[in-house]
Amino acid sequence: MMAPEFFYAAIIVMIGAFLALLRVFFGPSVPDRVVGVDTLNTLIVAGMVLLGAAYDRTIYIDIAIVYALLSYVGTLAIAKYLQGGLE
Amino acid sequence: MSAVTYVIYAFLAINITFNLLGSFSLHRFPDVYTRLHGATKCTTFGTIFAVLAVVVHAAYQLHLTGDPKYLQMALHSLVALIALLLTNPTGAHAIAKAAHLSGYKPVKAVIDAYEDKLRGGAE
Repeated sequence: MMAPEFFYAAIIVMIGAFLALLRVFFGPSVPDRVVGVDTLNTLIVAGMVLLGAAYDRTIYIDIAIVYALLSYVGTLAIAKYLQGGLE
Repeated sequence: MSAVTYVIYAFLAINITFNLLGSFSLHRFPDVYTRLHGATKCTTFGTIFAVLAVVVHAAYQLHLTGDPKYLQMALHSLVALIALLLTNPTGAHAIAKAAHLSGYKPVKAVIDAYEDKLRGGAE
């Protein structure tokens, strides 16, 4: 491990991701769960960039780029479905 | 411990603070819109500083060793930051509009301007 401070920062970011996951599980309504999933995606991208610096591998950061774009598409699809129909 | 290390520690501290604030705001706010407000703003700001810390680290390692993989690491982190900055507010807007259109009203709201606009009259 090249830089341990990035590893500890990624662990604390993942604690925040766990709190967002609790909102996904216990959310009273459907948009609450969608907000939890959106927060979870942003925190996972941040943690993946930090882990790429911690383990000194650039491929983790490339995966973070693809994950950010795909989670955006998923969020838009769920929002379009919520507001009444896909047609 | 050089000055660059302290800059990286400061950026990581801002990142941790704002990401945890965004996660806690999901549990402290009453309805969908305030939760979306707190979570989206705080996590976007925290992630900006996470990527800035990685960029400073990679630029310092590039200065020390001259290995071109650190230049690649900095540039790809910036691309990830740009993707996140473009997509995050758009997704939040889509969620808020879909939640309002599917019938979840704001709790304790006195004025709902979007509802007035949907009914077609400004009175």
